[in-house]
Amino acid sequence: MSGWWSRNVLRIYAVLALGYLLLPVAYTLAFSFNQAGKSNLIWKGFTLSAWQGICDAPDVCAAVRNSLLVGMLATLIATVLGTMIAFALGRHQFRGRSTTNLLIFLPMATPEVVLGSSLLALFVNMGGGLLGFPAVLLAHVMFCISFVVVTVKARIASLDPRLEEAARDLYADERQTFMKVTLPLVMPGIAAAALLAFSLSFDDVIITNFNSGSNFTTFPKFIWTSSLRGIPPQANVIASLMFAVALAVVVVGQINAARRAKGLIA
Amino acid sequence: MDLNGDLVLRDLRKEFGDFVAVDSINLTIAQGSFFALLGPSGCGKTTTLRMIAGLETPTSGQVLIGGTDITHTKPHQRPVNTVFQSYALFPHMDIFENVAFGLRRRGVGNVEKQVMDTLELVQLAHLARRKPGQLSGGQQQRIALARAIVNRPAVLLLDEPLGALDLKLRRQMQIELKRIQTEVGLTFVHVTHDQEEAMSMADTIAVMNHGVVEQLGGPLDLYERPVTHYVANFLGQSNTFEGTVASRDGEFARLATADGEFSVTSAQSSGTLAMGVRPEKLEIAETTGNTVPPTANQVRGTVTDAAFTGVSTQYVVRLRSGKEVTVFEQNLLFGRRAQVGDEVTLYWDARHSFALPASAAHAAAADGS
Amino acid sequence: MAEASAVGSRSRTPYLLLLPGMAWLAVFFVVPLVSLLMQSVQTPLPGGLPGQYEQTFRFANFVDVLSRTEFLGALGRSFLFALLATVAALLIAYPLAYAIALRAGRAKPLFLVLVVAPFFVSFVLRTIAWRQILGAEGPVVGALQALHLVPSNFSIYPSSLAVIAGLTYNFLPFMTLPIYASLDRMDTRLIEAAQDLYSSSWTAFRKVTLPISMPGVVAGTLLTFIPASGDYINAQLLGNATTTMVGNVVDSRFLVNSDYPTASVLSFTLMAIILAMVFVYVRRAGTEELV
Ligand SMILES: Nc1ncnc2c1ncn2[C@@H]1O[C@H](COP(=O)(O)OP(=O)(O)OP(=O)(O)O)[C@@H](O)[C@H]1O
Ligand SMILES: [Mg+2]
Repeated sequence: MSGWWSRNVLRIYAVLALGYLLLPVAYTLAFSFNQAGKSNLIWKGFTLSAWQGICDAPDVCAAVRNSLLVGMLATLIATVLGTMIAFALGRHQFRGRSTTNLLIFLPMATPEVVLGSSLLALFVNMGGGLLGFPAVLLAHVMFCISFVVVTVKARIASLDPRLEEAARDLYADERQTFMKVTLPLVMPGIAAAALLAFSLSFDDVIITNFNSGSNFTTFPKFIWTSSLRGIPPQANVIASLMFAVALAVVVVGQINAARRAKGLIA
Repeated sequence: MDLNGDLVLRDLRKEFGDFVAVDSINLTIAQGSFFALLGPSGCGKTTTLRMIAGLETPTSGQVLIGGTDITHTKPHQRPVNTVFQSYALFPHMDIFENVAFGLRRRGVGNVEKQVMDTLELVQLAHLARRKPGQLSGGQQQRIALARAIVNRPAVLLLDEPLGALDLKLRRQMQIELKRIQTEVGLTFVHVTHDQEEAMSMADTIAVMNHGVVEQLGGPLDLYERPVTHYVANFLGQSNTFEGTVASRDGEFARLATADGEFSVTSAQSSGTLAMGVRPEKLEIAETTGNTVPPTANQVRGTVTDAAFTGVSTQYVVRLRSGKEVTVFEQNLLFGRRAQVGDEVTLYWDARHSFALPASAAHAAAADGS
Repeated sequence: MAEASAVGSRSRTPYLLLLPGMAWLAVFFVVPLVSLLMQSVQTPLPGGLPGQYEQTFRFANFVDVLSRTEFLGALGRSFLFALLATVAALLIAYPLAYAIALRAGRAKPLFLVLVVAPFFVSFVLRTIAWRQILGAEGPVVGALQALHLVPSNFSIYPSSLAVIAGLTYNFLPFMTLPIYASLDRMDTRLIEAAQDLYSSSWTAFRKVTLPISMPGVVAGTLLTFIPASGDYINAQLLGNATTTMVGNVVDSRFLVNSDYPTASVLSFTLMAIILAMVFVYVRRAGTEELV
């Protein structure tokens, strides 16, 4: 084996693996330009019509709006609640720590179909009145909390405790130490957790399916239910746009993080 | 809290589980003095400082400044600032804001000028708008110093503040530190590994070992009259001889050892005793060409090693008992040098030898015989 | 951490911080599980409409459901497919994570972004794309036919293989990221030191790199296996009636047939088996700290 080969085989592999990961994304994008009939599974020819009339397909834009609404509210609530738990775990001694850790871990170790069906069991027992937007929001916050806790807790654990001590030594009381030193330093972890929560909520099919009732539709549920009849190419357009927006957010975040690591911006 | 006066540690003790990190130490550090805490790694220096700063709660004992008990005062209410061993600069703030942090918390005026003056003092005013991550280790250390000094605390705790600096900068900062300390009249408690630094800067030095203060005193005192083997060997080098007191001769005890009888300043008139003498106090009769004064201690041996180090030549001389002693001899241009294999006579003024407690092993051996 | 205890001990603050989030989990995670368990021991209301049940605590429901071969088959397939997908994902993800953490150089952030990128296209659309890729008109079958390796009516979709491939693909980023994180934290001087000591780089990998990345492997396999075993989207879109997983059964019994007790029994059984497996696995792997 030549030196070049052994040096680069892993890199070549990585490029191939990434190609494999991105292949379905490319398909999704390509079929947003398809002259689709009832179904959008076979290539019929190029058109921009789906891009020019994104909301032309019935219900698709309403579903996106619902997804954004649920995603943002669930992210907000789960990030606040999860961050509070992470601080309790990372910065305080208390009785019941292992029970807390277990209760955080269990939702992550439970398959979505169980989470979804058990919530449905609860809501059905309550008479079914909450099914729809309220049930979906309550459920999304529930499964996002654990991921927020884990993400923020890791960030808190990586903080140098000397920094908070230095602040206290320099006349900052507990509140000032938290506001001026701890919180700004944990912020990147909270932002990452919020991003994670949003993407989990925004892409959830299974739990939403169980708890959304018949009148409330999110974007993933829209695609799932229309996959039986045929997905309109507008769904591909929206997915491609989401992909572009998310990619931009992550890339900007990465660049900021890299620059912050070099200490160029706050 | 506006406090002034001596810093007093009373029976201060810290245990971590079963481990005693600081073992009931008592110290009085005079207001405005430069106090150095010297000792090997892990002996409890940082823990002691942390208890003074209020970052660690003592297991028992008290910390007082000017007679006021501050043992249970919160760190931010103590007129004490720390230069952390690991700097602990705030990574999300620039240098200026790091230094301004304490001033802003106390709400004092004229922050800009005080910060810039202090940055001038540590010669880093030009880096005021950089982030800590963009500074070298030595620069970070000086910012940590500036961040503490700018507050003019009653007591400044320095945990190896010059450890990362090169020799030249280190000397420069030592002079600066000493100047700030005398000008502003702050009490400095300075932890260091560097004994030369401690001896050149401090009014008083405490040598710590295993959580206890082994000896406390001025630099000269500690060097010339160490009272334990540990101090004798931690501060500079020592040659030690173990023996039994055979007789007395005025202020001296005559100590019978495996290598002959020596005089050592001690009040003891019987029992076992150890004696130490610094390598630079020993002279080699053959190279100085002097006759050995009658009152001097002397011993014969064979040179087994001679190393030229510039300022001095370091000899290792093996005595009759097999013990090896170290001798530092100043290099004089025309002096003769001893060669490896030479038989030589070593001698030293009896007042240069200091008494130490006999080591446990020797005392036991003397008892059994 | 002594200083943390100094701040927090004997104070009400931690409990106030925990209260809202833990209450949320109690009400919307623990209580639903109890509801699920209650529902699993209900029986049809005599003379009631379909979908009306009464609480009779008939634990024999478990025996009834779990003795039917179609349900046992679905459960078995769930664990088998999830296991195969987890192994395949591990084999694909480990070298990828290794390459990104230790060989990507300045391209590292870009590679990482591309690993998470597929997340941002809807899960269902990604899966449907595989249906197109693996279908009779797709490029994979086309290439195989052009090489005369398979007959002309050959198709990979629908099949168990397609379902497993879909599961592997969909959870690959969950496998890659934790392994990457554990390898990225590693001090590369350790490898150099190990190569220095063991001289063969394969031995160095086995003795140093692999053990260090173990927490990442454990987290990655859990994050892949757990959702894969409960998934029914892949089985629905890439499989047929013979590839039904337990998720499909729970979904249709709950939402189509209103057969709540059967669905609850299966759902509860799935969770119980997974939790038991997870705890054994975590014990064996010796990592208490997850993710
Ligand atoms: N939080 C802690 N928990 C348990 N043991 C500790 C803790 N902090 C310090 N120790 C122990 O107490 C002893 C004294 O530590 P300390 O940090 O005071 O040493 P030091 O004299 O400052 O050493 P160095 O010169 O290496 O900085 C050490 O043996 C250390 O391991
Ligand atoms: Mg220390």
